[in-house]
Amino acid sequence: MGDILRLVLKRLGLGLLTLFVVSILIFFAVELLPGDIAQAVLGQSATPETVAALREQMGLNQPAVLRYLHWLAGALTGDFGVSLVSGERVTAAITGRFINTLFLATYAAVIAVPISIILGVIVALLRNTLFDRVANVLTLTSISSPEFFLGYILILYLAVKSNYFPAIASLSGDMTFAELLQRTFLPALTLVLVVTAHMMRMTRAAIINLLASPYIEMARLKGVPPWRVIVKHALPNAWAPIINVVALNLAYLITGVVLVEVVFVYPGIGQLLVDAVAKRDFPIVQACCLIFAATFILLNLAADVGAILTNPRLRHPK
Amino acid sequence: MTKSKDDGQLTRLADAARTGGITKREFIRYSVLAGITASTATGLWSTQAKAAPKKGGTFRWGVHDGNTSDTHDPGTYVTRQMIFLAHQYRSYLTMINPDNSLGPDLATEWEATPDAAQWTFKLNPNAHFGLSGNKVMAKDVVASINHHRGEKTTSAAKALLTDVTDVMAADDHTVVIKLGRGIADLPWLMTDYHLAICPANDDGTIDWQSGDGCGPYKIDSGEFGVRWSLSRNDGWHGEGAYFDKVEMIILNDPNARQTALVTGDVDCVSLVELKTLSLLERNPNIKVDNIPSGAAITMPMFCDTAPFDDVNVRTALKLAMDRKEIIEKIAFGAATIGNDFHLSPVQPYWPDDIPQHEYDPEKAKSLLKKAGHDNLKISLSTADSVFSGAVDMCVLYAEQAKKAGVELQVVREPNDGYYSDVWLKKPFTAVSWGARPTPDVMFTLAYKDDAAWNESHWHNEKFNKLLLEAKSELDDTKRAEMYREMCLLMHDDGGTIIPFFNNFVYARRSNVMHGDSVAASWACDGARAPSRWWFEDA
Repeated sequence: MGDILRLVLKRLGLGLLTLFVVSILIFFAVELLPGDIAQAVLGQSATPETVAALREQMGLNQPAVLRYLHWLAGALTGDFGVSLVSGERVTAAITGRFINTLFLATYAAVIAVPISIILGVIVALLRNTLFDRVANVLTLTSISSPEFFLGYILILYLAVKSNYFPAIASLSGDMTFAELLQRTFLPALTLVLVVTAHMMRMTRAAIINLLASPYIEMARLKGVPPWRVIVKHALPNAWAPIINVVALNLAYLITGVVLVEVVFVYPGIGQLLVDAVAKRDFPIVQACCLIFAATFILLNLAADVGAILTNPRLRHPK
Repeated sequence: MTKSKDDGQLTRLADAARTGGITKREFIRYSVLAGITASTATGLWSTQAKAAPKKGGTFRWGVHDGNTSDTHDPGTYVTRQMIFLAHQYRSYLTMINPDNSLGPDLATEWEATPDAAQWTFKLNPNAHFGLSGNKVMAKDVVASINHHRGEKTTSAAKALLTDVTDVMAADDHTVVIKLGRGIADLPWLMTDYHLAICPANDDGTIDWQSGDGCGPYKIDSGEFGVRWSLSRNDGWHGEGAYFDKVEMIILNDPNARQTALVTGDVDCVSLVELKTLSLLERNPNIKVDNIPSGAAITMPMFCDTAPFDDVNVRTALKLAMDRKEIIEKIAFGAATIGNDFHLSPVQPYWPDDIPQHEYDPEKAKSLLKKAGHDNLKISLSTADSVFSGAVDMCVLYAEQAKKAGVELQVVREPNDGYYSDVWLKKPFTAVSWGARPTPDVMFTLAYKDDAAWNESHWHNEKFNKLLLEAKSELDDTKRAEMYREMCLLMHDDGGTIIPFFNNFVYARRSNVMHGDSVAASWACDGARAPSRWWFEDA
């Protein structure tokens, strides 16, 4: 167990270093964008004097390196600064949006992960049958279509034609939990359709890979029924790749949903990031990107730890 | 001081309207002209036919163009979310009436000295701030106007108020604005969306942060880029505010807006996708408003850069455009034809007798020959973000111009930074302009020789002289003649092609009612739909 703890600590340390590098990359990438925040805020109606006044007010006249160090000093003490455009604290601006994003990701994950793994096991069991083919075609079709297209199809059939669900998420503070689940069902379903195929096919492939192994052959010859062969004998050895692909898809549910947010008017963090980039609002961009980077780092770490824990050979190295 | 008010003319107009002596169009046009100097040219025409509005209900309004980074600072108002919201919870000194005349908002009446260099506005004593309940005082107005003035201001409205030399409170309910030179249009300028009245702080700045205002509604809760909940500001000083509550929901995605309206998740949307307009019009539960506006698409050519420095080339390029085809194919019919002067038929002083520039490739060709260009090659810069269809419009224009012997190369520039890196930098571009309240504002902003945004580098002595003269001219007949002459100069000599003026196209559920005419200053009845419209079945 000490080895795992050491691994986790080492990876967390490396993770922090990665975040640091990401923050440098993001800062200078934003700097490279044409135009600056003063021009973006004033837009078409900017005059040279108002742009100069706004630059002065926002402290944009300092050299970029100095502004970065200033931000870094704040960030190290947990102060991510204020939005340059609205003057709101970055943490306050992001918290609500991030909770919304986490909620939608959790909603989708709670549906998608069990469905994909169970489906993966079933199609492995029934491989090359009609069920296998149909399940594959359907999930591959949904992963191959752009998310906004899936969203529009769902809106057309489940909102416009039948009125089961609202077409826009339209969250407000005074909703009950059941209402919330109903209002956000379509965006969650879209995400489920997008991530299911990947996880299901990985489960199927990992299990089928193992079915050629001698110990499976042995189990079969003993007369173990096919479902037991897969669930009891093959699945435990297939967990590592499955956990990896689940972790990747969970990260995607948090970082890659901006199109779904736009289609369903869901106030998540993706929309916030896009707005902030358009306005060159660096502190918000930086905070959102760091959250995304941290999500990937943590979920990858979780996947590796999970893979070790499910593999006795790695758990008890000689 | 003379009272620059012409009650007689208004009475005559109203009489003529009542007896059917003039058409609605003429009535609106004349009352707009009268409205320049009259304080209360209210919508007499629309009151005639208007059904009695009913009170009640929650108006759910899907609004396009809103960012999470928007703020309450009136100096940085730029998106529709900010502008539309401002017209609900804040008030202005004056407002554009549903018939496009000028009417009172916070100010009940106003008058000018004969040289129009000093204006006095009387405030409505009933006006109050919705959240704090405090009365609106002259000091609030002074602070709110000063927010856009001075060296340190970051306000986009600074250019609009450059001639203002002093703003002061004569008493609690009287504001005096002193100008460096006469501006006959000042009451119109006060409708500019930046000039919202906010509560003053003790140090003479304004409190824009709290979101308190003196409009028909007050903010209960909300978040920029997501939604706003407002409820009626009881005892509002103006007319209307029939809905109990207003929910403003930011719907940037055109499909989301359309489906929300079709499924009844919202009662009105502020912009409709033109490509599917004809399908939407077939829906019996939906009514579409297609309203001509003063928002223009312009194509400025640098008049000091070859080949555009030759007026023959400029005129040839104006004649090489088939505007009717562009309106039909690019704007799906929802536009008003342009005639290369920056004034639309819904705006005051529009001259109706300037001959339309028609598509005439033969004449264009001969003009080019005269200028010594047998085969003119030029490039035209544009971007998708200028307006939806901007690139298509330029490609179509290039095809049309081929017949006149012009080889037009369309350059698609990046959306990002188009207005900082391309506009005013490249010699021939496509630009989209929001409507300005009066020709004086528009001409001073983009056609005066020393204007920062003189986008066509046009220097016409006669035009600039007329522009200055008209500014302080309080006699309407003379002013109208001056603006006609200026329009003619732009039409014949100017360096800007104006293919068309955008229409505002918005839609509502069929149970949402509005008066006979709607204001053309912004979408949704001059952004005042929540305070002017009502539910039929409330």
